Amino acid sequence: MASLKELRARINSVKSTKKITSAMKMVAAAKMNRAERRSREAKPFATTMQRILVNLKESLGDRPGLPKLLAGTGKQDIHLIIPMSSDRGLAGGFNGNINRATRGIVEKLLKEGKNVKICPIGFKSYVYFRGEYPNLVVGPEGGDHRLGNVTFDTADQIASYIEKLLQDEQCDVCTVVYNQFKNVMLQVPTELPLIPLNIAATEKHEETLDEKLAVHTEQLQAEYLFEPEPEEVLHRLLPQNLRVQLFSAMLETNAGEQGARMTAMDSATRNAGKAIDKLSLHYNRTRQANITNELTEVISGANAA
Amino acid sequence: MSIQLEIVSPEKVVVSQKVDMAVLPGLEGDIAAMEGHVPMILLLRGGVIHLYEGDKITDSFFVESGFAEMQETKCTVLAKEVKKLDELSEETASKRLADLEESYKVASKGNDAERQRELIDEMQNARVMLELATSVKK
Repeated sequence: MASLKELRARINSVKSTKKITSAMKMVAAAKMNRAERRSREAKPFATTMQRILVNLKESLGDRPGLPKLLAGTGKQDIHLIIPMSSDRGLAGGFNGNINRATRGIVEKLLKEGKNVKICPIGFKSYVYFRGEYPNLVVGPEGGDHRLGNVTFDTADQIASYIEKLLQDEQCDVCTVVYNQFKNVMLQVPTELPLIPLNIAATEKHEETLDEKLAVHTEQLQAEYLFEPEPEEVLHRLLPQNLRVQLFSAMLETNAGEQGARMTAMDSATRNAGKAIDKLSLHYNRTRQANITNELTEVISGANAA
Repeated sequence: MSIQLEIVSPEKVVVSQKVDMAVLPGLEGDIAAMEGHVPMILLLRGGVIHLYEGDKITDSFFVESGFAEMQETKCTVLAKEVKKLDELSEETASKRLADLEESYKVASKGNDAERQRELIDEMQNARVMLELATSVKK
């Protein structure tokens, strides 16, 4: 049986762990509010962009010679997978889920004999994939594979890199794997196709994100004038769309990270509380038993005298 | 007679209010968005959006790399950068212009016409920005 001193030490250590986890929970909650607001504020841009692209695609129809960013290269050989995780751990299964989901996709593609490249965003998935597939990990020059504070510049950097790969025929298909932010408790690993741009698929994806789209689809009926020509507009819009999609996925990852950390730390705090209760009970019982023991000894000693 | 104007940057919704008219810097010339305008999608050059209440300009915003969607009662402007005029800094603008001119010099030695065109566009934006920043100061 553990001595009283050992028990006391253990209770104290669990107590200080509990203090840390509950502080982390508070911090994550505050950060999450901010991150979620940012993600929400960025949404109108993405949805409007989406609406305009759908319009454009309708008015252009299926004519040949569409830009690569929209239609892809016509091949399916080289896949660029972009897993998005957080930079730091202690967020429950948040990063593990993304890495596992991405790994599944990569394995499937490799089995089909495709060429796969992985450009992780977020330090946790970077470290993971650098270990698993050291030869497949790529990234923009000077990029550090970190999510950081989620600035539009980071999205811009990644987007330029994707464009360059596409231009040099180093990439045919591009997919982002990220945690879709459903609510604080729930983040769902989701595949988001970037190239070729599958508008129907992205539209559905947006719908789950934002029910407002239902209203928007009604307005889609309007016939638009374009200035300048639709082709020119498309040429300008597609690169922006790429950035916006990346950025909004990054924002959701950021919000999700804080949400996941909050949940994880909440349950850690609760578990610590339970452990303290159990240890205290044990401690008190041991103390009581010791006292009884001593009493028995004293009484039997007195009787003998 | 008013339209709902929204100016949205990738970060957030900057403006969302009713205005009588908004003058947008279209790529091929300025266009006024008013109630009852034909639905239209318009690319914007770097320039200023003026918000009108009656005949008076109530507010002005500098936008860059943007486009606008007009509908009969609504006008949505999406832009990579949205700034109030007095937030523009002469210093940043001139530094940016200098940087761009530098990269243009490098680019003009190569054969990348696409890149050169992009840079010219950006330089144009930076010049407008600089001009505005200086004029606001006065």
